[in-house]
Amino acid sequence: MARLVALEVHVLTKKVTFSHRWLPYLLVAPQIAITLVFFIWPASQALYQSVLRQDAFGLKTEYVGLANFAKLFNDPLYLQSFYTTITFSALVAGVSMAVALVLAVMADRVVRQATTYRTLLIWPYAVAPAVAGVLWWFLFNPTIGIAAYALDALGYDWNHYVDGGDAMTLIVVAASWRQVSYNFLFFLAGLQAIPKSLTEAAAIDGAGPLKRFVTIQLPLLSPTVFFLLVVNVVYAFFETFGVVHATTDGGPGQATTILVYKVWRDAFQGLNLGSSAAQSVVLMAIVIALTAIQFRFIERKVEY
Amino acid sequence: MVERRPLLLFIQHAVLIFGAAVFVFPIYLAFIASTHTAREVNSGLPLLPGGQMFDNYATVLGEGLSTAGAPPIGLMLMNSTIMALAITLGKLVISLLSSFAIVYFKFPFRVLAFWTIFITLMLPVEVRILPTYEVVAQLGMLNSYAGLSVPLIASATATFLFRQFFMTVPDELTEAARIDGAGPMKFFRDILVPLSRTNIAALFVILFIYGWNQYLWPLLVTTDESYYTIVMGIQRMVNAGEETPQWHLIMTTAILALVPPVVVILGMQRLFVRGLVEVEK
Repeated sequence: MARLVALEVHVLTKKVTFSHRWLPYLLVAPQIAITLVFFIWPASQALYQSVLRQDAFGLKTEYVGLANFAKLFNDPLYLQSFYTTITFSALVAGVSMAVALVLAVMADRVVRQATTYRTLLIWPYAVAPAVAGVLWWFLFNPTIGIAAYALDALGYDWNHYVDGGDAMTLIVVAASWRQVSYNFLFFLAGLQAIPKSLTEAAAIDGAGPLKRFVTIQLPLLSPTVFFLLVVNVVYAFFETFGVVHATTDGGPGQATTILVYKVWRDAFQGLNLGSSAAQSVVLMAIVIALTAIQFRFIERKVEY
Repeated sequence: MVERRPLLLFIQHAVLIFGAAVFVFPIYLAFIASTHTAREVNSGLPLLPGGQMFDNYATVLGEGLSTAGAPPIGLMLMNSTIMALAITLGKLVISLLSSFAIVYFKFPFRVLAFWTIFITLMLPVEVRILPTYEVVAQLGMLNSYAGLSVPLIASATATFLFRQFFMTVPDELTEAARIDGAGPMKFFRDILVPLSRTNIAALFVILFIYGWNQYLWPLLVTTDESYYTIVMGIQRMVNAGEETPQWHLIMTTAILALVPPVVVILGMQRLFVRGLVEVEK
């Protein structure tokens, strides 16, 4: 509660304000209306439906308490999907941040050409996840893809239609590719904000580039690392539906069925209302938790 | 830097060039595929452009893939443009208005309004798929431009950014405007909006890309082909029936789908970088 109050204090107005009886309501009305109709109402519907069970014809509905949730967490397919999503998110966040950090450190050191490299590296961010998926799918297509062909020449029989590990690799690569651009921008901005005098002083004292990176730049970059970690996990959890849907369709088997894909499939193909609603509620809880972590962090950044 | 390490400098450039090459490679291949015939693509893709470029783009833009049941790409491009612009402009307008109200007026329920907007951060469309679909269906908005754009228009991030910016606008301006007898809307139109130009432009880039790249939502609300957007249309082409996918045409479409947002991002790079870093702060 204390932090609720703390945030409320931030909702300040200007010292000089206008006064009008109805104008402010008119001004907030469009956004509030859209929020209520398309956000709050559907979300509360999900909450409501998650405690109901409907028969197959939609004729009878009964209150079942938390039975939908209990069923969900006893369903090995759902637990597997949870595990898949966590693996996928960890890989996407890890790979895209590591690659972006290496590139950003390199770009930061070549001061003059940094902007050129930035231009070359940022635009995959503009490519839709689904399109990124299709591009990499083409590259790794077992019959005509160049990457699959190259792997074959190296003695690896790539087939993401059959091998779950291959399929996971494919969606991780496609999802990370576009996210590297984003992480790169933030790492580069973070590195460029570190005063050059610090690293130069260390250089004069005889610290090599690696030592300077580990003892000066990385610690000063840790807020950026933490921030990006949350953002990347949110991205991998919720914004990668297109990558999966356009390429692997959650397969082979359940190998790439991430939670967002599963909630969509259970709702629109399985027509399982109660289960889908319960899954939505679980997803909401995850977003709220992640947002809370992010805000806690931002607040601390403001304080110090 | 105070030191000279030629070897290190060489390695840095090598890593960056290699990185950039890996980044460009998928797009390069897609472009190559879009300049060849189906037979050339399927029998081992050449690494240099072929002579079919004009034919492929003309086919895709004109007829579309009739076999794949997709409408001409020209129509999908138009749908994507309409959706992206509607989402972008809609978000900008309602966010400007609501943040103006929240910063420049004291009124009952002000904090409640703020929190209602704030909570949308926690409810991305992916977590409320089915109920949102049902609302849109009940409102008769399936297969319409309104259905594609309006439900995505509420944006807490844009509202926050404008709110933060408005808080930095000097009070003297407001006072001066009031002394000169300007009402709130005149102040908003003639002073606040012009001052926000840079922020509006930066947000425009980010929101346009967001709108253009929507995938799940158009997939849900469109069953009528004439409302397909290009990003989701590609998926329909890939999974078309029993036939082998026509990769040369799919890649042509992919190139067309990614050119507009890439042009926007590169053309407004400085604003984009600034906007991104600021929005997420």
